[in-house]
This record gives sequence, structure tokens and C-alpha cells, in this order.
Amino acid sequence: MPQANAKVDKEAAAAPAAPAPIELTINGETFRHTGAPDMPLLWYLRDVLRLTGSKFGCGVGQCGACTVHVGGKAQRSCLVPMSALSGQAVTTIEGLASGDDLHAVQQAWIEEDVPQCGYCQAGQIMAAVDLLKRKAQPSDADIGQLTNLCRCGTYPRIRKAVKRAAQLMADAKAAEAKAADTKAHAHDGKSGEARS
Amino acid sequence: MSGLTRRQFISVMLSASGALVVGVRSALAAIAPQVPMDLLGEALTSLGAFVRVERNNRIVIGARGCEIGQGVITSLPMLIAEELDADWNRVRVEQLPYGYEIGPDGPTNRYGPQGAGGSTSITDGWKDLRQAGAVARWLLVEAAAQHWQLPHERLDTEAGHVVHPDGTRLPYAELVERAAGILPPAEPVPLKKPEQFRVIGKPARTVDARAIVTGRATFGIDSYLGGALVAVMKRCPHLDGSVESVDDAETRQVAGVRDVFVIDGPVPGSSFDTNLAAGVAVVADNTWAALKGRNALKVNWKPGPWAEESSARLEAQAAEALKGDGVVVRVDGDMAAARKTAKRTLEARYQVPFLAHATMEPPHALIKLEPDRALFIGALQNPDGASRVIADLTGLPREKIEIRMTRAGGGFGRRLENDFVAEAVMIAKKAGKPIKLFWTRDDDLTHDFYRPYGLHQLSATVDRKNQVTGFAHLCAATSLNYRIARKKERPPGAGCLEADDFPAGLVPNLDKRFFSLESGLPRGPWRAPLHTFHAFAVQSFIDEIAVETKQDAVELRLKLLGEARELDYAGHGGPKFDTGRLAAVLTRCAEAIDWKHRRTDGRGVGIACHFTFGGYAAHAFEVSVEGRDLRIHRAVCVVDVGRVVNPLGVDAMMVGGTIDGISTALNLAITLKDGQVQQSSFGDYPVGRMAQMPNEVEVIVLPSEREPSGAGEIGIPSVAPALANAIYAATTVRVRKLPILPELSRRL
Repeated sequence: MPQANAKVDKEAAAAPAAPAPIELTINGETFRHTGAPDMPLLWYLRDVLRLTGSKFGCGVGQCGACTVHVGGKAQRSCLVPMSALSGQAVTTIEGLASGDDLHAVQQAWIEEDVPQCGYCQAGQIMAAVDLLKRKAQPSDADIGQLTNLCRCGTYPRIRKAVKRAAQLMADAKAAEAKAADTKAHAHDGKSGEARS
Repeated sequence: MSGLTRRQFISVMLSASGALVVGVRSALAAIAPQVPMDLLGEALTSLGAFVRVERNNRIVIGARGCEIGQGVITSLPMLIAEELDADWNRVRVEQLPYGYEIGPDGPTNRYGPQGAGGSTSITDGWKDLRQAGAVARWLLVEAAAQHWQLPHERLDTEAGHVVHPDGTRLPYAELVERAAGILPPAEPVPLKKPEQFRVIGKPARTVDARAIVTGRATFGIDSYLGGALVAVMKRCPHLDGSVESVDDAETRQVAGVRDVFVIDGPVPGSSFDTNLAAGVAVVADNTWAALKGRNALKVNWKPGPWAEESSARLEAQAAEALKGDGVVVRVDGDMAAARKTAKRTLEARYQVPFLAHATMEPPHALIKLEPDRALFIGALQNPDGASRVIADLTGLPREKIEIRMTRAGGGFGRRLENDFVAEAVMIAKKAGKPIKLFWTRDDDLTHDFYRPYGLHQLSATVDRKNQVTGFAHLCAATSLNYRIARKKERPPGAGCLEADDFPAGLVPNLDKRFFSLESGLPRGPWRAPLHTFHAFAVQSFIDEIAVETKQDAVELRLKLLGEARELDYAGHGGPKFDTGRLAAVLTRCAEAIDWKHRRTDGRGVGIACHFTFGGYAAHAFEVSVEGRDLRIHRAVCVVDVGRVVNPLGVDAMMVGGTIDGISTALNLAITLKDGQVQQSSFGDYPVGRMAQMPNEVEVIVLPSEREPSGAGEIGIPSVAPALANAIYAATTVRVRKLPILPELSRRL
């Protein structure tokens, strides 16, 4: 698990002339990378922080198994060098849920029983979360823009899960709005009555 | 049945935590009752602990299989939970390690069969794991019988409780200690009748779902050990080539690189018992340092005996080979005579390429060697083979080799081979450190045990009534029978042609022959091995016969299948092939796709069916070709795998098999030039993406009371021919060479 990083980071390759440390936030915690600046984020996450949810699939940005969010946007972490991440905020699959409360996309993935081998699914989920930020109600064509590879062939269930997640998020939003509405009208009993 | 003489007893132990551990293990104990082997199954002579009841009445069930995405970590424990009468919602599943041990009768596996290959997990578990669950339940009921001073027969169980005739319920946890002192029954315990099932047949989501979606599930590549160094290999790109010279000066300058050394490949022509290829190992503190070190290597390779091999040469070799006599696989009647009297003889040739497995998680191995023991952690399909490989290379006795299986990021047959385990051991021996061996995608695509390449020549004789009177299937291919590890006997056409496959036994004259091709490319089983390999040819050709003789392609198949009956089937998945079950999936599939409805909008419908590993499947697709774009509007898969253990799991396998089938048929081929594999990334080995795939696969599972068969492979063989047949219906272009898209593009 992530922790104050000075100790953990010893394992990273130390270049002869120590490069300037790179400070970044990962899942809300601050880390300082003192190893090779060209080390891709994927290997920093996996080998150094032991956050192994982001997977290696190709190393060249083709498969998306390593997808994380940098500054709130989906990125293939195998292509992002640590040197590009100074001051950035990274979210990985491990940081997507709030405590025991799963993100709607994670919840939908479970409800649709998407995973087969499961290896690509962290990347799929991170890509889907990014899509739903941009398109709250994605069409089939929008979902088809997801380019993450799944070798097991779970694509049809991924489609269902993305749609279910969109619904869960819309429902949550509606419930929130309703709660806010009720709270607002609690100050005005009469109008609340009239509405019901 | 030598097993009949074995003595067994069921051990019930109270573990340190106070949990009840129920298993079945062999022993020399004189009091051991004899259990009929034929009822219990071979595995039960050596089963270990499967069931644990915790104090809070949570039941922990051990999953013995290798989870490669086929769902056995869920479905196998379901079999135990059913007979145990556990509440599935309160069951926790734990992956079991490899269970090799030395029993009183010699080496044995305390958990029974643990490998993943040939779609056998469910059929094996159906025999022995249900019994293991039933024995555990019997002990708990007996404990309650003693507690209540009632006959065993008057008690019932439900959802983790024993139920008194008056309705009082005792949780299993409260019976644990007493059950621990009870001798198990001498005879096999009767199993439930299907109408009593509460777990089997009910949809169950994968037990690892939450761990997977939160990134906490551990795959092989996610395993680390203190003190382990990361190793990567630069392998010789030439088949059976070797290292001529290495300049590692720059590599050794890379921060974090600890060592560089040559690893020899197997002697050309020798069996593949160890690693796959020669190369240079770079050992480093972390993956990135190892990769940078590898990039800095300068290696001169010495091409081996296959330096001239290419796909073009192989194609020419195949065409030439078919002029010979070949090896008879099955002959019925007299095909030559049938040709003479036939009204027409139809002929066509089909070509299928080499394929790589391209598991999303590439091969990976974590190994720690000590003077008197070894530990391996990783994703496997064949832990038994891994154990042997480690023993061979270290000289350690197998019971001193601990193997922990993780989830595997796909298998598809790749991990039936343990070359990557051997490679890790070889590197660890030289490095003198625990080794975490990492393969990149190009390593994986260029060094695999590939699905064979082959050319199929099919002929059919047809009489005046358009009856098929004869069928010849000549197959020239690079069979699996090449440098077989451990000298397993395999027939010449292994992995390419099965004697009793459709339409054997359904036509009076049959001539099936195999023509062996020479290639230096290693071969291995690839999901539904010979079935994906030859069903494309056979089921495409049946479609061609229908077109040529102006018959309906479904009716022609039904006519060939004839009345429902069982035919002998000697290959894996037998011993019988039921023509009625294949006809039933085909008929249902035709209905679902609305086969009789003539499309006039540029769309075409194609269908195919196949029998594989005890299961029956049919696929139908509705497609159109717009410009050079193939669009799949509908995909239907109908399957009969006997009784379904986990409906969600079978559906997943059919959806996944169909998508895998489409992805592979459309785009994938491994080719050779100058004795080297030409593909090295998902750019030139383009596994299908979402946009190319149908939005939905309509899966229909035919209800069945038959014994269950495995579902991991039956979902793929009929995909490629159904797709090619649909393309013909839409375009009148007959694709006889896989992959489809390059060929279609050439022909349009």
C-alpha cells in the first residue's frame, strides 16, 4: 500500500547523478520519485509502489491494460514517463472506490459479471469512467470508441456494464438532486406539501 | 482397476484455528474402509482438504483448478457447496496450491486433477468434488445425530445448518468439534437428485469479482518476493538459432542492471522439455532497468537449421504434399469407387494459419530456489508439468517444490507448456537469486507454441438425388506431433484431424488422410485445438455443397445427421457423438437467426455447427459488406453442454468464445520469413477491438438433463465457418483462407 515514499523508493533504479526528485499525487497521497526519470508510470506503480492493479499488456500503448487517470483523464501509464508527472494527480484502479463504496462503474462491472480472466478489466474500468465523464449517456457508437483490448471477448458485457453504470450514476444524481430539493423545501413546508 | 485395492480413509482434523477441515486422503491405516473406486473416481484416492467451517459459520471452500478466465474458481466450489448444503452467499472461496505429495501408494495429488485443458474441469469435478461435499455434509449430520440422539436419517440440512425434525436448526460451526471425532462412512455417500439442487444451475457471479474491479486480484505478474530480481530475456529470433556473440558493455552501464548472461536453447530437434529458445538474460533491480538493459544489448545471432523457412515455402510444401498418399486417419467404404459413380464431385481447398495465443497476461514466472526446496508462484494451466520441469532442472524431489497458482490473465493453451517456468529456473540458477521473469508482448508473440498451419483439401461425391455419397478430407499440416516433451505418444495428425469428426459415420464412403509438413516452428494446443483448425474447412465446404447442389444448407446438414443416434467417437470428448444433439442446436440456431427469411438488403446469413469435447454448438451470423467494411449485425450461439452448473459462466464462455472466434477469424495469423516470426505487437497481430465486434451475442443454452460437459472451448469452432458462410451469402465471395479480412479485401 502507498506510504510516505522515501523508503519504498530505494528499490527504484538510482541514476549516477541523482536526478531531481519528482513529486506527484497518487490516489490522493503524495509521493516523491527519485529514480530513473524515464521510468514509465506503470512500472513506478507496479515495481515501486506495488500498486499492481494497473497491468502490463503491451508496453506500447496499444492494449490499454495499464489505463489510469492523470489529471482526471484516461492515459496509458506504460507511455507516460515519470518526468512528465511532476505536480500531477494520478488515480489508479485502487483509488477509484471511496473506502468500501465502489464507483458506479465498478458496481456495474460486478452486477453484469463482466470479468473472465479479469486481467484487462482494471484498464477497461478506468477507460469507461473517463468515457462516462465525457458522455453521461453514451450511445453504442460512443462505447465502441473504447479501444482497450479484451482477449477473452467480454466486449458485449462491457457494453451492458457501461450502460448500467450510466444509469446508476444518473439515478444517484437524481437522488442527490431530490435530497437537495427536499432539504431546500424543508424550510418551506407549504410548498413541499403542494408538491406532494 | 488397480485403484480398487487402495485403502482410504477420510480424515477430519481440527485445525489450529478450530476450523473443521474435511478432506479425503489415502493412508495405510488398518482401519481404513475400502471405497469403490468406480463410484468415487480416481481423484478421490488423493484428495486433500476442500472444506473448512469457521466459527462464524462461514464456509471456506478450496478451489483446486487453474483459473484462466474459464470460471473454475467459481464453478468447482459450487459443486462442493451443493452437496455440502452450504449457503452460497456465505461461502468464501480460496485458491488451493498444487497438491503433489507422496502417499502410501506413491506420488499422488491430494486435490485430484488441477490442470486446465481439454474442457475437463467440470466433468472431473462432477464425479469427485460433489462426493467430497457430500462426505463433509454426512459428517456434520452425524455429529448432529449424536448431539440430538436421533437417527442420522431423520435429520436434514439447509444453508449451512442441520435441521431437527421439529425445525430446530444447528449451524455447522457448532457441530465442528464433534464431527472431528467421527469416522467417515465406508461407502460413498448418496448424492442429491437434480430436483434438490439449490446451487447447481443457479447463476453465480465470479467469486473474485470485487477483487478484480478494485485491482486487488493477484495475477502471476503481480507476485513479488523479497530479494527477487527482475529478469528479461532477449531471445534468438531465428528458429533454433543460437547466440554467436554478445556485447553487453552498455547494458552493464544501465543503473539497476545486476547481471547479464547467455542462456542456451534446446538442442535443435530435441524435445521441448525445458526452455524454448536461446538468448541473453538481463537481471536487474526492477522491470524498467531490465528492459533498458535489454534494449542496450548488441547480440549477433547464428541462424539455425530453419533459416530458409517461410510461410510461402510452407504453402508450396503443403500443395506438394497433397500429391502423395499421406497417412490414413479413417477410411470407410470406397471413396475412389464413389468418385466413379458420382453424378458430381465437388472439391475445394481451405487454408488456416499459425496462431499465437496472445494471452493478455504474457508468460511470467516467480521462482525461489534453495538448496533443499523451491517455491514457484505464477499463472499456470499445467502445474503438474511445472513441478516436473522444476524438479528436472534442480534435481529437487517434487514434494519439496511448492507451487502456488495465481489467477491467470488468459490461458487458451499457452500455459499448458512450461517453457517460461524452465527459463526462470535456468536464470535463477545462474543468478543465484530468486527471479521474477518478465515477458514482453513481442517476446510472447515471437516465442510461442503456435496453433498449427494447414491446408485442407475437401471433396464430396453427390448422386443424382443430391445425396452426399462420399467425403474426402485430406489435411496437410504441421501437426502437434513435433518435438513432443516427455515423449508422449501422439498420432501423426495430432491437433489437426480427428478420425470421427463430422461427417464420419454419416456418409457411406469416407477418406480422411493426413500429410505431415516440416516446420521448425514450435506447435501447441490453442483453444479447442483441432476443432478450430478443421471445422472452418468442413463447415464451409458443407455450405459449398449446399450452394452447388441448390439445397438448403441447414437441411443438408440435418439430412446428413439423420435420425438421432449415438455414434462412436474415439477422440477426446467421446466416447459418443449424438447426432440428435447436434441437429437440435443447429435447428434452434436456424430459428433464432430467422434462417428461412430471405434477406434482400445486402445482408447475408451463414450458419455452422460442431461437436467438441462433449458439447454441441451452432453459430449463425447476419452480416453485410459495405465497401471493404464487414459489419456483423447479429451473432447467435446455441449450445448444449448437458446440465449447466453455472448459467452465467456458460453464457460468458459462449459470448467470449464467439468474440474470440470472430477476432481470430477476421484478423489473426502468424507468418514466417527467413525462419523468423514476423508479428510482434497488437499492431500486426490485431486482436479485435470493441468497435469491430457485434454489440451483442445472443446465447441460447438448450436445457439438458445429461451429464455436464466443459464449456470453455465449444464456443469457438463453428464461428469462423459461420462467418465465412454469411459473407458468401452477402457477397457471393467464398473465403477459403483465414484470416478473413485480408482475403476478403484481396477478393473484393
